[in-house]
Amino acid sequence: MSAAASPVHQAVLWLNDPLNWTNPGGILDRLGEHLAISAAAVALGCLVAWPLGLWLGHTGRGGGLVVLVSNATLAIPTLALLTILPLTFLGFGRTPVVVALAVFAIPPLLANAYLGVRQVDPEARDAARGMGLSGGQLLRRVELPLAVPYLAAGFRTAAVQVIATTALASFVNGGGLGEIIRTGFGLSIAAGGGQIVAGGLLVAGLALLAEVLLSGLERLVTPRPLRRVRQGAARPRPADATGRA
Amino acid sequence: MSFRLSYRADPGNPWFSWQYVRDNSDTILAAVREHASLTGRAVLIAALVALPLSVVAYWFRPLAGPILGVTGVIYTIPSLALFAFIAPYLGTGATTVLVGLVLYALLLIVRNVVAGLNQVPPEVSEAAEGMGYGRWGRLFRIDLPLAIPGILTGLRLATVSTVALVTVGVLVGHGGLGQLIFAGFQNNLYKAEIMTGTVLCVALAVLLDLLLVLVGRLITPWAARGAR
Repeated sequence: MSAAASPVHQAVLWLNDPLNWTNPGGILDRLGEHLAISAAAVALGCLVAWPLGLWLGHTGRGGGLVVLVSNATLAIPTLALLTILPLTFLGFGRTPVVVALAVFAIPPLLANAYLGVRQVDPEARDAARGMGLSGGQLLRRVELPLAVPYLAAGFRTAAVQVIATTALASFVNGGGLGEIIRTGFGLSIAAGGGQIVAGGLLVAGLALLAEVLLSGLERLVTPRPLRRVRQGAARPRPADATGRA
Repeated sequence: MSFRLSYRADPGNPWFSWQYVRDNSDTILAAVREHASLTGRAVLIAALVALPLSVVAYWFRPLAGPILGVTGVIYTIPSLALFAFIAPYLGTGATTVLVGLVLYALLLIVRNVVAGLNQVPPEVSEAAEGMGYGRWGRLFRIDLPLAIPGILTGLRLATVSTVALVTVGVLVGHGGLGQLIFAGFQNNLYKAEIMTGTVLCVALAVLLDLLLVLVGRLITPWAARGAR
């Protein structure tokens, strides 16, 4: 508790206290909440965005809609949705938090699903048609498998972003690792500095870990011949690039 | 109970209330001012740092990977964590928010400027070289003017996302319009306050975006004749 200790040193001390991990409302509790909220939000986002994006890509229409959704969500502050949604029919609790975060997961998922189907070689599409595949079969057997690398890229972007924004749920007492930072600020910087930095390390570490793991997953599901091309082209978050032409 | 009585004339808790806006115009204007000033300063500083960085990445290809990589990692760090790292050192002032915003805007600008510079056709560069342009002359007369669409895309993305991100500054009490949103939530879920903050925030983002588009039209008159 020496006042001279640097915030980083205090953070290490705070993280080294086992009680800070196992207490009710400690790191393990918060981590569990964080992962549960994030997983639910990403799942909800996939459920909405993937079918829509694949369908729009398949029909070749709605490119404007995809861009519009990206631009609109870019301008809406996360804090606004987190505070507004509990006051709607969704009511208080975890549901509005998950829905608010899912809204921000939708643009990268939607844009990449759309892009994934659109980039399918027209000759492959023509060949499939020539073999007598119907529209639905074409989507399921040709376009969907070829779009998998893009779906994975969108999933990575969306999941990392949701894990990052789940930290903001603490503003509406929604739980998650952000609560540790907020509690630290509640104690004032002098007393809570270590906890603030420790919370920041946990949140940032989780986001970077997710990025690394999901990049690996993305690589895994991308067929080998496509890897190098996509690494160059899509490495910097394809969804961002499609946000604005 | 007295609280209830004194508000009996109040028409419930509407999402939109002109009366709220009128009664609190000072607070609202102060919030708008803080929000706009934080956004403007952050994007300006980020642009001043990002432009030279982008040129370095463009001129020295081996450095492009590390520059984009480092800014990318910073971008991946959640905003709340970034503010948490900065606050113990810079205190709970507007500076903490400003530094965080600059670090975020950096990647968006660098990536788009580099992309814009890389789009300069090699034959144009070669022609410029043949006409006797040096490295700097080429940069200012040929490369940067041709990269303006990329630069503008970066500035627009950075501006719009910075406007949204300023609200996270409520963590240290300097969130601009985020202060209204957050106060409304804590102040017995005062819907009009939350909605006013949100609408103004989105409006500010749209306004600044349109402004940048207009500036782009003015400084690239040749683009209007092209595809768009």
